[in-house]
Amino acid sequence: MDKPARDIPELAIQVRGLTKSFGDCPALRGIDLNVRRGESVAVFGPNGAGKTTLIKILAAIMNPSSGEVLIDGLSIKDTTYEVQRRIGIVSHQTFLYANLTAYENLKFYGRMYDVPGTDERIREVAEMVGMTSRLNDKVGTFSRGMQQRLSIARSLLHKPSIMLLDEPETGLDQRAISLLWKVIRPDGGERRTTVFSTHSLERGRELADRFIILNKGRAVFEDTKHRLDLDGLREAYQRTTGASV
Amino acid sequence: MSFWNKALTIAWKDVISEMRTREIIISVLVFAILVIVIFNFAFGETREMLTAVAPGILWVTFAFSGVLSLNRAFVGEKEDGCLEGLMACPIGREVIYVGKLLGSLLFMLAVEAIALPVFALLFNLPVLSPELITITVLATIGFAALGTLFSALATNTRAREMVLPILFLPLVVPVIIAAVKATGLALAGQSWAAMSTWLYMITAFDIVFLVVSYLTFPFVIEE
Repeated sequence: MDKPARDIPELAIQVRGLTKSFGDCPALRGIDLNVRRGESVAVFGPNGAGKTTLIKILAAIMNPSSGEVLIDGLSIKDTTYEVQRRIGIVSHQTFLYANLTAYENLKFYGRMYDVPGTDERIREVAEMVGMTSRLNDKVGTFSRGMQQRLSIARSLLHKPSIMLLDEPETGLDQRAISLLWKVIRPDGGERRTTVFSTHSLERGRELADRFIILNKGRAVFEDTKHRLDLDGLREAYQRTTGASV
Repeated sequence: MSFWNKALTIAWKDVISEMRTREIIISVLVFAILVIVIFNFAFGETREMLTAVAPGILWVTFAFSGVLSLNRAFVGEKEDGCLEGLMACPIGREVIYVGKLLGSLLFMLAVEAIALPVFALLFNLPVLSPELITITVLATIGFAALGTLFSALATNTRAREMVLPILFLPLVVPVIIAAVKATGLALAGQSWAAMSTWLYMITAFDIVFLVVSYLTFPFVIEE
């Protein structure tokens, strides 16, 4: 993310022929995906479609069985750590330690990401999510919404240029959902490249520039917000997955 | 931050977390002291009998309390996906292994540091000697090195508490046998030279377990 602009390729994410199998069970069967810098892509699909697996591979949490993933033109396989420094991930799981305070959690992840001036950055991200007054409280005492707000702060600590969100709205109230998207895709600010999975077609269409539908590990549909309204998206989802919406 | 700084940060996080809950230390310590007390009543008739069975009792206590401790090592990491959070960080999987190993080692040594004086008190044997402390530390390193690997492996299974001892104990038996033999010689007042074969054996297994676990851990936590 600190590379000079001339060196940064137009495509933030390039996925070619991505497959992943767990034993004999294929989870992804040849996914191709290009995401432009600043673009927001929603990934829809029924349970077991491969959404979480795709996001875990993009975050270098999981290795693919075959295929190639490039982040900012860098191979995720050969330059894993460099790629991971550019990525922030928010999942339905918070990745937070319940017995540590909010500050200790952020400090811990700050050290893992080599964040310079960690204390100052912690204050910044805590302020972004409205958690400054609770920094010294144990995470285990927080509500689900507060934990997820802190999880967003955690994901932003190292100023990632790409955000990966795996069903981040699970268990959140409307206020927390609004905050989530306001922080990740601020109005008027620089748009982060975002790939997110969600079960909500309405929310996905509202926030994404483009959407893809996964079913049984394959990308079965792809279109842009400008070409498809919500009814069209619903119809495409039903047609390609056989699931009702 | 360097490899070691990050590994120490992971261990520090485990220590802070444990200090707040005392989940591992309290349960393992109660178990260890209970075992020592029960064996003391069972074999406390004569000094000869005590001297003969003491090494076995000590290492049965350390082995099972170690398994209890290792069973909890990755539980905190699985809650709310923390292990995946660590794997998303720009650090090698090996750093996670070393950090978790240091944490487990610290907890096990802390329990042993409390259990040994209790053992000395009840059995009236010279267990707080440099020889026995060296044996304990060396054997615990090997135990924790392999145990951390198997703890990570067992965490992904449903019957975690059962899987860890079944897989792990048969493999760590050489270290325990060598520790029992060396402890017997130390309690009998033998010299360093007399127990050197067993100490070399423990050290050799420590090195093998550390290297093998370090190299295989990334694959174990992958899926």
